[in-house]
Amino acid sequence: MADHALGAPETWLDEHGAALYKYALLHTRDPHKAEEAVQETLLAALQARDRYAGGASARTWLIGILKHKLVDMFRHASREIPLDEAEDGDGGRDVLLDEAFDGAGHWRTMPADWGDPEDTLARSQFLAILQRCLDALPERLARLFMLREVMEEDSETICQELAITPTNLWTMLYRARLGLRRCLDRNRVGHVIPE
Amino acid sequence: MLTCKDASHLISERQDRPLGRRERLGLWLHLLICVYCRAFERQVAMLSRAMRELGRRGGADGIDLGPEARERIRKAIAERNGHD
Repeated sequence: MADHALGAPETWLDEHGAALYKYALLHTRDPHKAEEAVQETLLAALQARDRYAGGASARTWLIGILKHKLVDMFRHASREIPLDEAEDGDGGRDVLLDEAFDGAGHWRTMPADWGDPEDTLARSQFLAILQRCLDALPERLARLFMLREVMEEDSETICQELAITPTNLWTMLYRARLGLRRCLDRNRVGHVIPE
Repeated sequence: MLTCKDASHLISERQDRPLGRRERLGLWLHLLICVYCRAFERQVAMLSRAMRELGRRGGADGIDLGPEARERIRKAIAERNGHD
């Protein structure tokens, strides 16, 4: 009966719906899947509300449930998404790496200095470009990178949940970082763009 | 001596696992002399901070559930809640 600080279930959607949806959309990149994740999260919360300890805020608790749903969805989806060609090891040439490094393993171009934009506008611009670069990354790489850097899951957990080897995971995260930094460099982040 | 390709791999992996003693030493020596990889190192750190911030903001501003989705979810909750 007692809902602690959770509030009544009828209020969850109004209180937390937008936040949950934004979070889900960031990870699924698909409005329908994000809506589905929000609905499943709230239904799961309804069933689990007796177990809500009241330690975390209601929002944190709900986001925690949402994370599980998203990992579940990702695990199902990754069975359908083919591995990208570079993951098969020694097979084909790796375009991402070949573009970054010459035959001797030296950088072809100097990674740009992005600084650490302090003011809010520069920060927002950086994040907006980062978001676009994430969207341009192969889906599997982007999702893995989100799991690692946004959800802050540790390597071990991700490997267990997705049934991949640590070496495979670290290589994919490396590729995600290389791809993102190349995209950000190309978008001239860190350079002042005159209006 | 590590190549930049090797060093950049280690810079990335350091975000995801602790490096071994030999890896740390090799990377440290490389970074001493390589301005390119130091630049990459700063990019990797900035990427990490920015991703977390993106997560905290929950993506771009002004994103919300559509009215139809809201209604659908509201009904699903009410239905399930009634059954308890």
